Amino acid sequence: MNTSMERIYNGIVKENPVFIMMLGMCPCLAVTTSVTNALGMGVSTTAVLIASNVIISLVRKVIPDEVRLPAEIVIVASLVTVVQLIMQAFFTALNDALGVYIPLIVVNCIILGRAEAYAMKNDVVPSLFDGIGMGLGFTIGITILAFFRELLGAGTVAGFRVMPSFYQPIDMLVKAPGAFLVLGVIIMVMNAWGISSRQAELVSGDGCVGCAAKDNCAACEKKEEEVKA
Amino acid sequence: MSGNTSLILIIISAALVNNVVLSQFLGICSFLGVSSQIKTSASLGGAVIFVITIASAVANLLYTFILSPLGLDYLQTIVFILVIAALVQIVEMFLKKTSPGLYQALGIFLPLITTNCAVLGVALNNVTDGYNFIESVVSGFGTAVGYTIAIVLLAGIRESIDESDLPSPVKGAPIVLFCAALMGIAFFGFSSLS
Repeated sequence: MNTSMERIYNGIVKENPVFIMMLGMCPCLAVTTSVTNALGMGVSTTAVLIASNVIISLVRKVIPDEVRLPAEIVIVASLVTVVQLIMQAFFTALNDALGVYIPLIVVNCIILGRAEAYAMKNDVVPSLFDGIGMGLGFTIGITILAFFRELLGAGTVAGFRVMPSFYQPIDMLVKAPGAFLVLGVIIMVMNAWGISSRQAELVSGDGCVGCAAKDNCAACEKKEEEVKA
Repeated sequence: MSGNTSLILIIISAALVNNVVLSQFLGICSFLGVSSQIKTSASLGGAVIFVITIASAVANLLYTFILSPLGLDYLQTIVFILVIAALVQIVEMFLKKTSPGLYQALGIFLPLITTNCAVLGVALNNVTDGYNFIESVVSGFGTAVGYTIAIVLLAGIRESIDESDLPSPVKGAPIVLFCAALMGIAFFGFSSLS
């Protein structure tokens, strides 16, 4: 497997940001009320992630180490503003549905995390594919979450009714508490199948070490607790 | 009088009805990550109250007097995130100099707050809701109080859970998410207040 395919596989399966690394939880829980919203959020985040990985990888030798984080934040914030303006102009309905979570892509720890952990240290092409892989992994993750919430909570998928008419939708699942519940159930099922047993070794890789948000993120704190224990 | 009533309404709505963590999903990373002990999460809550209140005030002033008159509204995301990052640094240096006790208690949490999306979220929401200076500060304070209530409650639940014998698939993230879901249902009751 060459590097680019390896990065994409890594992002979608091995270090899936939603289910394995548990990064970017805020948009992940907030916008997964419907498959349409989740796809919109996933595509916007992927676009920002790819562009920020490429740009940061291009300028990484020019940025002095002391101002690394502010420089990265400015790059990411500018890209998010561009995405927000595009959304306002061409996808008004989606923009209204996603609301404040579009500008909040800036503080999504996946983006700064990949910038710090990967793009700062690698060439443009691998960084590009790292962005594509992580972005796809995030999109697929939140779309799966949204699929279950929308299917069981509203009886529809992307707005189309699929459940039989006698099915009584579990309204709570599309409301706020349902987000925690469905994600909890998915991770529990994955644990039972032994899928996220790899989490510990993954987090010890370069995934967290250079992450700007590492002190603030559930996956890394757990790792640190394990190291201490 | 009516002015005061509306401020109280803003606090209640920000802290309980639209709880920042449980119904708006902001600051989830630290909500799940820094909630294993009551003491630590209370300190983080204190630091968040401090920073969000100041950040809402500064963001509102910048928006009203610089961005809005110059027609630079679209720069708000970039400006706010940089202001928050700088502000956190300044608050940290200020506390270190003037109040070592407070710095000891809140210090290590301050740098983490830059990436807490609740801070940026509140600043952006205040602009969207068209709040004036006082209303922004009050809503920021209320939001942060709501954050603190939620994270301290979750930490309390997690401290008790540590003692219990759980089936292995639920250990770790799933049980924390389930607790958060149950808290969310409880907080749902507050929505009838609005």
